[in-house]
Amino acid sequence: MKILAVCGSGLGSSFMLEMNIEDILKELGVTGVEVEHSDLGSATPDMADVFFTAKDIAEGASHLGEMVVLESIIDMDELREKLKAVLQEKGYLS
Amino acid sequence: MGERFLKLMMDILSQPAVLIALISFIGLVLQKKVWSDIIKGTTKSFLGFIVIAAGAGILVGSLEPFGKMFEVAFNVSGVVPNNEAIVAMALTKYGTATALIMFFGMFANIVIARLTRFKYIFLTGHHTLYMACMIAVILVVAGFSGVSLVILGSIVLGFTMAIFPAMAQPFMRKITGHDNVGFGHFSTIGYALSGLVGKAVGKGSKSTEDIKFPKGLGFLRDSSVTIALTMSIIYVIIALFAGADFVEAELSGGTHFLVFALLQAVTFAAGVFVILAGVRLVLAEIVPAFKGISNRLVPNSKPALDCPIVFPYAPNAVLIGFFCSFLGGIVGMFILGWAGAIIILPGVVPHFFTGATAGVFGNATGGVRGATIGSFVNGLLITFIPVFLMPVLGDLGFANTTFSDSDFGATGIILGNLVNWFGATGVWIVVIVGTLLAILPGFFKKDKKTGMSA
Repeated sequence: MKILAVCGSGLGSSFMLEMNIEDILKELGVTGVEVEHSDLGSATPDMADVFFTAKDIAEGASHLGEMVVLESIIDMDELREKLKAVLQEKGYLS
Repeated sequence: MGERFLKLMMDILSQPAVLIALISFIGLVLQKKVWSDIIKGTTKSFLGFIVIAAGAGILVGSLEPFGKMFEVAFNVSGVVPNNEAIVAMALTKYGTATALIMFFGMFANIVIARLTRFKYIFLTGHHTLYMACMIAVILVVAGFSGVSLVILGSIVLGFTMAIFPAMAQPFMRKITGHDNVGFGHFSTIGYALSGLVGKAVGKGSKSTEDIKFPKGLGFLRDSSVTIALTMSIIYVIIALFAGADFVEAELSGGTHFLVFALLQAVTFAAGVFVILAGVRLVLAEIVPAFKGISNRLVPNSKPALDCPIVFPYAPNAVLIGFFCSFLGGIVGMFILGWAGAIIILPGVVPHFFTGATAGVFGNATGGVRGATIGSFVNGLLITFIPVFLMPVLGDLGFANTTFSDSDFGATGIILGNLVNWFGATGVWIVVIVGTLLAILPGFFKKDKKTGMSA
């Protein structure tokens, strides 16, 4: 499975989001999940199975496929909860 | 054989693309990555640096006709501030110094966070790169070179990476409601100013989030789109003032002047896009390594993160901030014109990101009034600061672009003028004294604790 973190420029917040997702995957002991980040302009639906983005940019990212919208991209608890839900849905976590 | 090896080492250290690949390689090895990740990451960084240079070529190609049209139209120089543009141009000449200052500056950030109360680890890698580049330009233009250039530049960079987040932190606590993360975006002076303005004028003002805003403005968040659109407007206006005859005879090779203007505007956006792609490749391996290493060495540090992290807290303030900052940029531009100075045009990317953030900061302290007036002030600030920064950038000061965010300007102006006033030795003294002043409180605190224990 592949996860793509998306923000306006693909440099700051999506990069941080990618690193945080990696940290949580490691913490949960999940393997086989690829995580990358991108700017909004470059992101296309075929780039990933699931897209993570902040709520303020979600409107512009509506063309992407399955999207997880975060109320606060610096809230690790929210990210962990929503990431867990995705992983369980996809069968990577029981 | 010895001579050939020495040449190899010298070329590694003097070719920025090779140097940046080496830095990534070291970071990946320190993280104990598997060999396939090491090869991939090192190659991507190498490639990324060359992509940045390619983007510079595209961008310079579109800025040259812009500069000429502007001079013919208005009889003064016109500048569009854009960090990616100025950095890409600067790296072709100052790339080695930049790479070394960035590398050792990150270590300086860790040491400073460890030894002082400025416990912030600056994780916005592209701004670290841009600040390293700006510092490299200032110091080289001032006559520094070799080891002293790298050491001095690294210490200065390390301090900017720790002190600017500290300036923003009181407002960050108010915006986020907690103290877990810092703010890492080098226009902090504008944001802190907006926060102070909000505090001063915002009594009783309701929050921006009580306003109902229209949908459909989401496309503004796509940097490539907004750059292309606003640069098209700017180029077309300037082409109209320069006149069809001049453009078609001197610049466009006969192509209709409006078509030519549009093509150059979108070429500018293409150049920025390519540069960002290169920056992304370069940083993808360096920042995670920096983050991992700093987490181990300074476990109680706060990560200082990029400005969009505050956007979700006040989405309306983001839009209000952008428009008011842009308005401030336009007003500032006319003031500069009236004063006969270089004209700083309102670049959309700086006014979007710094204006939006200033709006959020202003809203946190002063609601609607804080957001509007605060971001307007930010717009004026990032219009005036570049005027004073360009003289200390050497020949880069004659480009039609420059650093756009207030902390770059402030650091450059201070550092550049320190060298002019005090000379090389004086700057060293200031930096050493500053370092001691920052470190000493920590030791006294430690002694006090020990005393209490005993």
